Amino acid sequence: MLSFEHLSKTYADGTRALSDINLIVQEGEIVALIGGSGCGKTTLLRLIAGLDRESAGQIRLDGEVLSGPHPAIGIVFQEPRLLPWLSVSDNIAFGLDGLSTAERQARVSHALEKIGLVEHADRWPRDLSGGQQQRVSIARAFVTNPKVLLLDEPFSALDAFTRASLHEHLLSLWEETRPTVVLVTHDVQEAVTLADRAVVMQPKPGRIFDELPLTLARPRDRTGLPFETSVRRVLTALDHSLKAPQAQPQRERDRQAAALWW
Amino acid sequence: MTGQAASNAWSSHEGAAALAAPTSTEKRRAFDGRILLGFFLPIAIALLWEAAVTFGLAEGRLVPPPSRIIATLSALAETGELWTHAWMTLWRVLVGFIIGAFSGIVLGALSGSSKTLRQLLDPTLQALRAIPSIAWVPLFILWLGIFEASKVALIAVGVFFPVYLGIAGAILSVDRKLVEVGHVFRLSRVQLARRILLPAVLPEAVIALRSGLGLGFMFVVAAEFMGASEGLGYLLVDGQQMGKPDQILAAIIAFALLGKLADSLLVAGTKPLVRWQDTVRERL
Repeated sequence: MLSFEHLSKTYADGTRALSDINLIVQEGEIVALIGGSGCGKTTLLRLIAGLDRESAGQIRLDGEVLSGPHPAIGIVFQEPRLLPWLSVSDNIAFGLDGLSTAERQARVSHALEKIGLVEHADRWPRDLSGGQQQRVSIARAFVTNPKVLLLDEPFSALDAFTRASLHEHLLSLWEETRPTVVLVTHDVQEAVTLADRAVVMQPKPGRIFDELPLTLARPRDRTGLPFETSVRRVLTALDHSLKAPQAQPQRERDRQAAALWW
Repeated sequence: MTGQAASNAWSSHEGAAALAAPTSTEKRRAFDGRILLGFFLPIAIALLWEAAVTFGLAEGRLVPPPSRIIATLSALAETGELWTHAWMTLWRVLVGFIIGAFSGIVLGALSGSSKTLRQLLDPTLQALRAIPSIAWVPLFILWLGIFEASKVALIAVGVFFPVYLGIAGAILSVDRKLVEVGHVFRLSRVQLARRILLPAVLPEAVIALRSGLGLGFMFVVAAEFMGASEGLGYLLVDGQQMGKPDQILAAIIAFALLGKLADSLLVAGTKPLVRWQDTVRERL
């Protein structure tokens, strides 16, 4: 169980990226953080990954307060971030240093099979397409068997077809060990395809606006009516989250206009 | 010219046909054509000059024709003089390069990886860098004598600065995103240096070493000018004092060949380390 308690992050320049985040993510749950740009989604993820320090509050994983990168937490970045001097299989094995050679090989070849890149095992990352590179990056995070997997808009740079196939690869890897997943995205379709719950965030300062359970049965039919309904629900919530701050000045102006009229 | 153009067209045709499965002979033929083009200009100028001297249009005393330079070179090679001088020069460059490159790598790595050390070392080193290296010559002669030590010291100073700058700069410009990957997998400082920083700086380190080697050859001439009885630089001075321009040109050509050879060896030796690079440079 991953929990956030009064989590805040203020950057050195005074930007309030996150303000009083309270959230509990159950074990094995897939949560999508969704919201407009600048609402602190990525900051939240970086705090969980231990790449940044929170200004206040804390993050707990199964009761343990997180400070710095944790071995049970894996992350897939927006870019593949593969090490260009390592072959595909060595990239996947990057985090498996403590294991025996046989165990490492077994895990890597299983992962290669899962992402369908067995024949590319010995190639350089530069020889792969963007989608293939991102698959390698996902495999690199999965082979360490993390309890929590963080995904920072990992599919945003890919075309729609590649994205859909990567969703399948991701879910089939997830099925095996069922880690807790926190997915940052700005793509509502993606959130509804993958997540059990959508957490809609609001910018300035970054905070949680609403939570929507997505209880569709898996595998999800992207063309069905329930899927459409869920997408619409999330979109509506997102719309409100973006409009909320402007709504106030709007009413204010109306009142002033009315006062002038009278 | 027309023949060449026709043959080019033919070979590119072949190349297109062979695109599906390019054989090594096909590749080699396309490659050789490009290289030969580079020889065209110097050979044409050499032939023109040779003809001008042969037909009495120019005297050729101060600017000897290629045939006379080649004769001088082969005469020097036959007596064994050329090899002694070339070996001496190469030895000085090698020792100076090893000392300069080693200290450049160590100090560059220190100042690139620690901010405190950078603030401590870098201003002094930058100030020293602003001094033209030749200005050290009188001091080195006083300190180290007129023999090998002062020459090697001058070459080492020349090699040091480009290597230091290159290594420190390369470490500072390592992609922060890749360093974060190391943090996520909880690498220690040593592991981070070995598994991410070292491989990431290798390509730029090779370039730094190459420019260091180039400067090493530049400074060996300066070092040999300041009084040597052996070395290609000595041949230059001797040629000037004895009025033998053909000997000067022969020494210059020997320098060119030696420098190119050393650079090619360095590139070939480091190529396996930077094979993964995704740039056009590997094809140059």
